[in-house]
Amino acid sequence: MLTAGLIDLNHPGYYLHWGVIQVSLANAIVILLMIVVFAAAILLPFPRSRG
Amino acid sequence: MASIDVRQTPDGTEPTWTGALRRRLVASLPPDQLLPDRQPAYVASWIYVFGVATLAALLAVIVTGTILVLEGPIWWHTSTVGHFVNSLHLWSVELFFFCMVVHLWGKFFMAAWRGRRALTWMIGALAFVGSIGTAFTGYLVQTNFDSQWISTQAKDGLNSVGIGAWFNVLNTGQMLLWHVMLLPLIIGVLTIWHILLVRRRGVVPPFGAAESVQAAEAEPEATA
Repeated sequence: MLTAGLIDLNHPGYYLHWGVIQVSLANAIVILLMIVVFAAAILLPFPRSRG
Repeated sequence: MASIDVRQTPDGTEPTWTGALRRRLVASLPPDQLLPDRQPAYVASWIYVFGVATLAALLAVIVTGTILVLEGPIWWHTSTVGHFVNSLHLWSVELFFFCMVVHLWGKFFMAAWRGRRALTWMIGALAFVGSIGTAFTGYLVQTNFDSQWISTQAKDGLNSVGIGAWFNVLNTGQMLLWHVMLLPLIIGVLTIWHILLVRRRGVVPPFGAAESVQAAEAEPEATA
């Protein structure tokens, strides 16, 4: 309800077209986020245990 | 008076099937490997976290799904708590797939099938495919216009490959049983099998790193 209040979700999804590739903006954001998290998991140092 | 078979096995126990099964289980899944106290140093990386994060998300999926099963469609369509639990079910699935894909990428680029871990990789891949099927059947059993639309779109594709006769996406009851019974059972078995294999073979080391002592002790031929 809160999200629906902040963002108007009552409309068809927005789609990106790139040649034969068609992907919804929401899915494209999730895929980009997965790539970012994957890169961060590789690059960010892991906290060492105490002692 | 019936005679009692007192033949002993080499370790002094009676030759019972339960004893044989116990010895086999302990030999193939030693307790110190199932619940180890320490892990190799290379496990101290965020990329090794996403497997267990996937597992945590799956637990949330199962718990929220079980609540939905107990309460039923009217509840999740009309009640505010029902909407909330329904949303938790959806978003825990989103998190489940998010973590599983990052886990998959990490293991792919690590060539995690090295060191006799091919079966672990293949079971994981099967669990991924099974999870996609479970998610798709979930969309079919929302009992709303969305699920009606998706089922009518999906039936032509499935009929064209010849499986529509026994996997009928227009049959809500059948899809509901696939979603809440058959597929979760398959995912559950594959997940437990995957975890046991990870414990048995040990986590895969990065390229250039030595195999863990634990894995080397368990499978000396794997590190040759």
